Amino acid sequence: MGTLNILVGVCLIYVVFLFLIAFAAERAALEGKGGWLRSPLIYTLSLSIYCTAWTFYGAVGYAARSGLEYLTIYIGPSLVMIGWWWLLRKLVRIGRSQRITSIADLISSRYGKSNLLAVGVTVLAVIGTTPYIALQLQSVTVSFDVFSSSYGAELTEAAQGSNALLVAAGLTLFTIVFGTRNLDVNERHHGVVMAVAVEAIVKLFALLAVGIFVVWGLGGGVSETLARIDASEIGQWQMRGDRWATLIFLSGAAFLCLPRMFQVMVVENEAEDHLRTASWAFPAYLMIMSLFVVPIAVVGLDLMPAGSNPDFFVLTVPLATGNDALAMLSFLGGFSSATSMVIVAALALSTMVSNHIVMPIWLSTQSVGASVSGDVRHVVLLSRRISIGAVVFLGYLYFRLSGGGTALASIGLISFAGVAQFLPVLIGGIFWRGATRTGAFVGLTVGFVIWAYTLLLPSFGAGTLVSATMLAEGPMGLGWLRPQAFFGITGMDPLVHAVFWSILLNTMSFFIASLVGFPSPLERLQGAQFVNVFEHSSTPQSWAGSLAQTEDLMVMAQRIIGAREAQNLFEREAKRQGMSGLLPEPSPDFLQRLERELAGSVGAATAHAMIGQIVGGASVSVEDLMAVADETAQMMEYSSKLEAKSEEQARTARQLRQANEKLTLISEQKDSFLSQVSHELRTPMTSIRAFSEILRDSDRLSEDEKIKYSSIIHDEALRLTRLLDDLLDLSVLESGRVNLNMQSGSLKGILDHAVASALTGAGADKMRVMRNATSEDITLHTDLDRLSQVFINLIGNAQKYCDASAPNLRIDVGRSNGALVVDFIDNGRGIPKAEQAVIFEKFSRTGEQKVKGAGLGLAICREIMTRLEGAVEYLPGQGGAAFRVTLPEEVALAAQ
Amino acid sequence: MGKNVLVIEDEPNIIEAISFILSRDGWSVATHSNGHDAVGVVQEAMPDLVILDVMLPGKTGYDILRELRSEDATQGLPVLMLTAKGQVKDREMAERAGASRFMTKPFSNAEVLNAVRELVAG
Repeated sequence: MGTLNILVGVCLIYVVFLFLIAFAAERAALEGKGGWLRSPLIYTLSLSIYCTAWTFYGAVGYAARSGLEYLTIYIGPSLVMIGWWWLLRKLVRIGRSQRITSIADLISSRYGKSNLLAVGVTVLAVIGTTPYIALQLQSVTVSFDVFSSSYGAELTEAAQGSNALLVAAGLTLFTIVFGTRNLDVNERHHGVVMAVAVEAIVKLFALLAVGIFVVWGLGGGVSETLARIDASEIGQWQMRGDRWATLIFLSGAAFLCLPRMFQVMVVENEAEDHLRTASWAFPAYLMIMSLFVVPIAVVGLDLMPAGSNPDFFVLTVPLATGNDALAMLSFLGGFSSATSMVIVAALALSTMVSNHIVMPIWLSTQSVGASVSGDVRHVVLLSRRISIGAVVFLGYLYFRLSGGGTALASIGLISFAGVAQFLPVLIGGIFWRGATRTGAFVGLTVGFVIWAYTLLLPSFGAGTLVSATMLAEGPMGLGWLRPQAFFGITGMDPLVHAVFWSILLNTMSFFIASLVGFPSPLERLQGAQFVNVFEHSSTPQSWAGSLAQTEDLMVMAQRIIGAREAQNLFEREAKRQGMSGLLPEPSPDFLQRLERELAGSVGAATAHAMIGQIVGGASVSVEDLMAVADETAQMMEYSSKLEAKSEEQARTARQLRQANEKLTLISEQKDSFLSQVSHELRTPMTSIRAFSEILRDSDRLSEDEKIKYSSIIHDEALRLTRLLDDLLDLSVLESGRVNLNMQSGSLKGILDHAVASALTGAGADKMRVMRNATSEDITLHTDLDRLSQVFINLIGNAQKYCDASAPNLRIDVGRSNGALVVDFIDNGRGIPKAEQAVIFEKFSRTGEQKVKGAGLGLAICREIMTRLEGAVEYLPGQGGAAFRVTLPEEVALAAQ
Repeated sequence: MGKNVLVIEDEPNIIEAISFILSRDGWSVATHSNGHDAVGVVQEAMPDLVILDVMLPGKTGYDILRELRSEDATQGLPVLMLTAKGQVKDREMAERAGASRFMTKPFSNAEVLNAVRELVAG
């Protein structure tokens, strides 16, 4: 039991050590001192999460059972790394330039940002990965069990379960702490990667130690061991071509498509040229990992009692030979393999679940605009953390429900076959611009259905999920649909059969559906960006770049926030970083702050895109462009609002100016009117005053003179009264306060009255008036007195101004455009053209002043006719002076 | 010392009043009632004094006065301006045009008589 306690203690110390390593790495990265974190070696080591507990323990078991076939699991990825590094480079470049966060993100981005596709991939990835996580938990608990049972302490199932739960909780905690510390724009987790790299070394070291112990300690040296191997069945080459080919393909495909592999290979990638190192270093790592598998298997089979589980030879052989320390190291190796896989898988899956399932749902429940407010980060982090817990718990649940039996052992390859379904869509997406969303959807669906039908469901054993009858005879007796013998082709290995059909039909339907349909514009755009990623993006540099980039950033920042502001910001940052110069290191921390500063001026999306352009070498994604366009639109809207406002102000100014001009004009008119009124009043008053003084002061006046002068005074007094009457009349008419006295009467009667009133006094008999009684026989309904006033005025003017020797006035009544018109035409000289325009103005008098009058008559006429909704105007070209009075149609009641 | 006064005015009643006042005082009064040919009439009659109205048909009193002042013969001729527009700017305009004296209608008869006497004597 003491050793068991030590094991627990060592495990705990190891976990604490991992926490410390991860914490140190995070700190170093945060302070920008983590240059060593960005070494290609770390990248290569982090790729080793490919080697899970299934590989660590299971490879020996696999070799013990199936000979050299286990090698395929290593050959596949090695071939990919060596032969397909250009494909990996493209993936990495796309991942960086499009800021891809997961394989689901990559596929959905490529196919027009389809979230449905992302959800599909996420769900399938979770389905494919959950059993795998369960497998890791199982391996930890079983290995612990193996350890303890060798000390005679059989663990109960409950104890196993609680062990697994403890491990799951610990892994969840670790992943949450180092996987969701902050929302790095690039989704890089230095702590996690560092811990994984350390675990990679531990598991390699452990396996090597066991191998060396087996070969030299137990096998008696190299040649001895080789002889043993030759003697063993495992040493025989029993290659089955189809299985080997399928397995190599499958492991290679899984290496590319597994969410956790994508996470370390693409998302966590620091620099593209790390691939160069990894392309030889990782196969070398795999080779070393596989080196001692066969010797351990052979020696284990020889050494261990028959029936012991070869899966745990790595652990049981040292234990059986009393090497507790080595066994403990081996345990730590297995533990490392299991934990690193779970951590990265949980991280990758939680990103997918959170980004493509939780966040869209959360956002859709929020009011518009929540996505741009600041607290989204916290929501994202929370949803990531919950997702991590959920993913690991799902694995634990699967482990408990499946009973931890042998069903798990085959899960590795089944899981591989599942995620391999992503391959056609992935490869097609980055090499074929014609690939469409529909194609991707159809292909994935077909592939996964066939995978589930031919491999996953039967794997639970006949009678659990698939009935034995269906397995043997096909669904509903359709023989060609037998899950393990499509189209009646029997005799194929179930795995080969499943992989062959699922990948073939997946690829075919993907191609056909892509060819049949048309890609949307966004799909085309994204397709071009993905396929031609090398043309679209510059040679990528590390995100945390050189001081030269800082200068570029400085230039850009100066342009946006102003020279002084930018300088202050950069100096402050340099001081914060403890730099001596004025330019800070472009650490992620600084870049984030800078981005925030810039976002205040140009908007978040633009700021991100600009910094990305300089530092990340990233091409601007469509989302960026759209966000930028959105911001631009907002700015344009804002500026057009400003423009409209300034236009409005200009309009107001124009209106004010016009109003002012009008006021000035009115004021001038008022002055001139007052001046004219003054003149018109003073003139008669002058006569009155002069003659009244004469009458008063002169006592020698004759009677005739007295009469004459007092008559003048009388006439001028009347003139004054008339003038005042006219002024008042005009004032009332102009102010619009006039009350119209509407009456009915005949036109003829009004004209009779007007002629009689106007033609009085001297010369009245001289003027001959010509009228037509028939045309005047019209009944009017209007203010008859006012109309009569207009007529009197016009007739009076004719009498006053007509200079013909035999003056006559013709009064014509007629119709013009439906309106009633009354024309007054005399036979005088008429009014000169220049004066026709002003005769209706106040105080305007024409020509020689033979006749007294203030010049208000026509102005009054015009005002009256306006009130009566008619008009009075000068009628040119009639020989003499001619005025036309127009009355609206409704005024004429009846023409009899 | 001459006793000839030319009255240029378009209101017949005012002409009659001024004529009466001046005749009674022994002046010989000639009259003219429009602005067109007023300058020519003045130059021909060469009175000792002109009484000039502002608001005349054809040409304003200011224009007539300016023309008179531009001629050598009439440059120093005493001119008494009468206007029915009693504003300050009218007085200024009269002074600028070269009026010897400016009076606003209605005037008192004694005032006119005194002005005429002073201007001719002066």
